[in-house]
Amino acid sequence: MDTLTQRNQVALDRIRRRKGRASRALRKPNRSLGGDIFIWIILAIFGAFFAFPLVFNINNAFKPLDEIFIFPPNLFVINPTMNNLLDLFVLMSRSWVTFTRYVFNTVYITAMGTFGHLFFASLGAFAVSKYEFPGSKFFFGLIITTLMFNPFVLQIPNFLILAQIGWIDTHWAVIIPAFGMPLGFFLLKQFMDTIPMSLVEAAKIDGASEWYIYARIVMPLVKPALLTALVFSIQALWNNPQHLFIHTEQLKTLPLAIQQIIGSPHAPNIARQGINAAGVLVMMVVPIIIFISAQSNILRTMASSGIKE
Amino acid sequence: MEATTSFQRYVAKRRAMAAHTLREMVKHKWLYLFLAPFLIVFVTFTLTPVVMSFGLSFTYFNVLEPPRFIGFQNYLNLFLTDDIFLIALQNTLIMAVITGPVGYILAFLFAWFINELPRFVRAFVTLVFYAPTIAGSAFLVWALVFTGDSMGYLNAWLLSWGVIREPVQWLTNPDYMMTVILIVVLWMSLGAGFLAFIAGLSTIDESLYEAGLVDGVTNRWQELWFITLPNMQGMLMFGAVMAIMASFAVGEVTQALAGFPSTDYAVHTVVNHLIDYGAIRFELGYASAIATILFVVMIYTKILVGKFIGKIGQ
Repeated sequence: MDTLTQRNQVALDRIRRRKGRASRALRKPNRSLGGDIFIWIILAIFGAFFAFPLVFNINNAFKPLDEIFIFPPNLFVINPTMNNLLDLFVLMSRSWVTFTRYVFNTVYITAMGTFGHLFFASLGAFAVSKYEFPGSKFFFGLIITTLMFNPFVLQIPNFLILAQIGWIDTHWAVIIPAFGMPLGFFLLKQFMDTIPMSLVEAAKIDGASEWYIYARIVMPLVKPALLTALVFSIQALWNNPQHLFIHTEQLKTLPLAIQQIIGSPHAPNIARQGINAAGVLVMMVVPIIIFISAQSNILRTMASSGIKE
Repeated sequence: MEATTSFQRYVAKRRAMAAHTLREMVKHKWLYLFLAPFLIVFVTFTLTPVVMSFGLSFTYFNVLEPPRFIGFQNYLNLFLTDDIFLIALQNTLIMAVITGPVGYILAFLFAWFINELPRFVRAFVTLVFYAPTIAGSAFLVWALVFTGDSMGYLNAWLLSWGVIREPVQWLTNPDYMMTVILIVVLWMSLGAGFLAFIAGLSTIDESLYEAGLVDGVTNRWQELWFITLPNMQGMLMFGAVMAIMASFAVGEVTQALAGFPSTDYAVHTVVNHLIDYGAIRFELGYASAIATILFVVMIYTKILVGKFIGKIGQ
């Protein structure tokens, strides 16, 4: 055991020395080449499985008609065309409610809901995480339990409540409930717990108000969690058709519009395969782009915001 | 005074405690204000529906007439006369038992492996694995793959390779439906847990691993069990809760891919049954009983999983 510890100590010293020279090209301790290769292989196999349908769909969206119906199908497009996307917009611009109206509704609901959610949830999470007051523990327990209750399952009683308030068939029926999603609250609170209490205490001694501590000390440090909550919120709102709460066509959102074009798998719109793919592409491109930009930010924030006690 | 009874002492103690609580509440009045916006929305649209479901589950309620109390009749009907509910419950449990733990472990393994990669590919690989979760209706692409005629991609390939002689009805033959749905659900539900694992893994202090090295940790599995996992129990529990949520809530995918109702109810889930009675037949009391059963099963599962996660690293 002693020799082992010694050997490890030697390895550690070596790493420390190398870290001094070049901190980037650093091989972590306890790593074997075989293990690294294994990891790459596993990730490559599963990665292909995860990526295939989306890559296939993206390519389909740009395929001309003859390439879409070819067999065996090509994964990648040979002569890319914008026709499918153009058809989508033309088809929808001639419809009773124009395509841009659906886009606006979805963007509006997603933006409002996400903004309110991040503000409400971060305020509440800050109070529960950094202070102890009567009821705070009980409340957080409730949050954890309700995390499991998919909005899908709560839809029916929610309809009755929204009808009572009078928000059915307005955008508020989707926006306001999104403010109270337990997911973002939970995530923010968990991350705020990792911020050393000493920072808050020091500010308190200096006479800072609760608001100052929230806005100037805690919020800048929880940027990764805020971005993660943002991605979850956008994902939930962007993809949610909300067919139970909104009936007026002018108020409906993009997922419903796309569903109308695509039809169901059992009554598929075979002739419109290209437009289907274009529709799915439009739906998935926004959450994915937002995720990519938020993700790079998360990684950068993580790399530069290491708080060491 | 000597004549103080235990009762009077008890009352005095309670009074002191109440006064203390009140003082604490007044002292933290700003914090209640901080919490109030979220609390109000949360109670109205998340907590009240759960309580309402429980209350309505003991009534007959068809929206038009006021709810009428009928005791346990809904539950009796569910378990004794509703054969389709029992099929749905069985399907949901099969899906939960398979997609829950498998999806959870896969999500963690992928996150752990990704965290081992060099930084410049990490972001890209994370995107590849997470994209299906955020891509929304993109799972409909699977409908093309699993189409039941000889033109469906999977059938066409299998036919041309000579594996099968005639096209397989992947989405309408009860022998295959469950497998197909499980594959699609696993594909699209790495979900929130996966991201939380990556975030959790990257926040673990590097110096802990160096300290572990000094203490005699010799490979990455030991590192995982003794250092990584105990340091991210919060994230693990979160991932578990997300996995429970996703695995018991399968319904949209079965409805879109296998139809509603599916052949012989082969992939009919509790959520499908709930939507059937709640949004189509408007038997809200009955639907509420279904929802309540789902809540109870989920809470019980969470307690079990929580006990297991508490034991990690010991």
